[in-house]
Amino acid sequence: MATDQRERPVAGQNSRSTNGAAAPTLHGPIGLLAELTHRCPLGCPYCSNPLALDARERELDTQSWARVFAEAAALGVLQVHLSGGEPGARRDLVEITAAARSSGLYTNLITSAVGITASTLEKLVAAGLDHVQISIQDSEPDSADKIANYAGAFARKKALADRVVALKIPLTINCVVHRANVDRIRAMVELAVSLGASRVEIAHVQYYGWALRNRDSLMPAADQVPRAVKAVEELRKQYHGKIVIDAVLPDYYARFPKPCVGGWGRRSLNVTPAGKVLPCHAAEVIPNLEFWHVQDHSLADIWANSPAFKAFRGTAWMKEPCRSCERRDIDYGGCRCQAFMLTGDAAAADPVCHLSPHHADVVALAARQDDVPYSYRLNPRKADSDVLVR
Amino acid sequence: MTEAAAVPLDARPRLPHGVRLVHNEAHGGWVLLAPERVFKADPIAAEIVKRCNGQATVTAIVDDLVQAYSAPRDRVLADVSALLRQLADRRLLEL
Repeated sequence: MATDQRERPVAGQNSRSTNGAAAPTLHGPIGLLAELTHRCPLGCPYCSNPLALDARERELDTQSWARVFAEAAALGVLQVHLSGGEPGARRDLVEITAAARSSGLYTNLITSAVGITASTLEKLVAAGLDHVQISIQDSEPDSADKIANYAGAFARKKALADRVVALKIPLTINCVVHRANVDRIRAMVELAVSLGASRVEIAHVQYYGWALRNRDSLMPAADQVPRAVKAVEELRKQYHGKIVIDAVLPDYYARFPKPCVGGWGRRSLNVTPAGKVLPCHAAEVIPNLEFWHVQDHSLADIWANSPAFKAFRGTAWMKEPCRSCERRDIDYGGCRCQAFMLTGDAAAADPVCHLSPHHADVVALAARQDDVPYSYRLNPRKADSDVLVR
Repeated sequence: MTEAAAVPLDARPRLPHGVRLVHNEAHGGWVLLAPERVFKADPIAAEIVKRCNGQATVTAIVDDLVQAYSAPRDRVLADVSALLRQLADRRLLEL
């Protein structure tokens, strides 16, 4: 039977620690998130990009991405997620996609739809694009455009979704949900079905980067969360076999933490527009981690030896209550970034866990809502030019 | 609901665009690549999926496997039906 993938050891990569004892076997990653650019026409207040965005002038060129994809495939990566920002902002997106596919990678385009024309889409498909994910901000056009801070975005998303389905490319609709739209999960799933999507993601906002800045404006009310969970359960039954519904529970309301990125340095890696390699897209919030760049090291070297990847790989770094917890190989202590942001210690248990001594703080944060206007995500500034002084 | 629906024996199953069965040494065998998901395929599942080419009927796939593995037909039919139904429900296969 086909079962969810669990990684196998990568041949020849059994590493040993300095004292000569056998270290746990190092597995090859499965997925690569390629942040091709931080530029984006939308301004979603929960954007997962960092607050400090890479400028266009610092973006990796076409050949560098091609090399990264070839190294990724050799390392065992199976799928590349072409993301951003808005990947359509790259004029070489077709060449980048072709390079990923010719390395043998499964190519997934994660787009806002604004910036991908019908003609670009056809070229992407000809280049071997396997799958498209389009985000929608709401089922109501006016609300959707307000959340995206872009008039007319909703209509363009529907138009591109139609083109994707007409070309018989599988389509995922991604719905990030929060206080303003969480009561319309049913309408959003029905919209995804009507668009011909084979999969829909209902992702509650995770509070990093821009979302952390907007947390009080985005936080769902206590009574919205159980309604949202129930709606997903009902929709899954109703649309079984018709559309796959993947749902991410709202973190702050959980009893156990999420197994963030499937475990630090375990299944996936993330390359930023400027070539920095991260264990997860938020990892830069943790101070004193040393990240390596694809310009200086091969991806295999980074995966095995980069200090940032080694920092929280496995379980040896854990403190109590994680260290002796029977779930430590299930959720890997949760999210390192969240642990740092909420407790000040990146090696602490994710305070979403009810066993964390800081769990009460999370419960208190979940109860905090404030209808202040969104602080919209901005676009990257030109490198240096804004701060150029003589 | 389609949950318990049987797989029609005259269907000609095929992988849709965006679903690919590949052999990968680094991951120790056959994997089914799908939209934002990866499934490890055991050798039996891989042999079944390899035959889902849009031309062979379910009956033909079962006959072929019975011959190739000298296995009881009832058992093969049960395995094939269960896998195809599971994949189709996940939108990983067109029947």
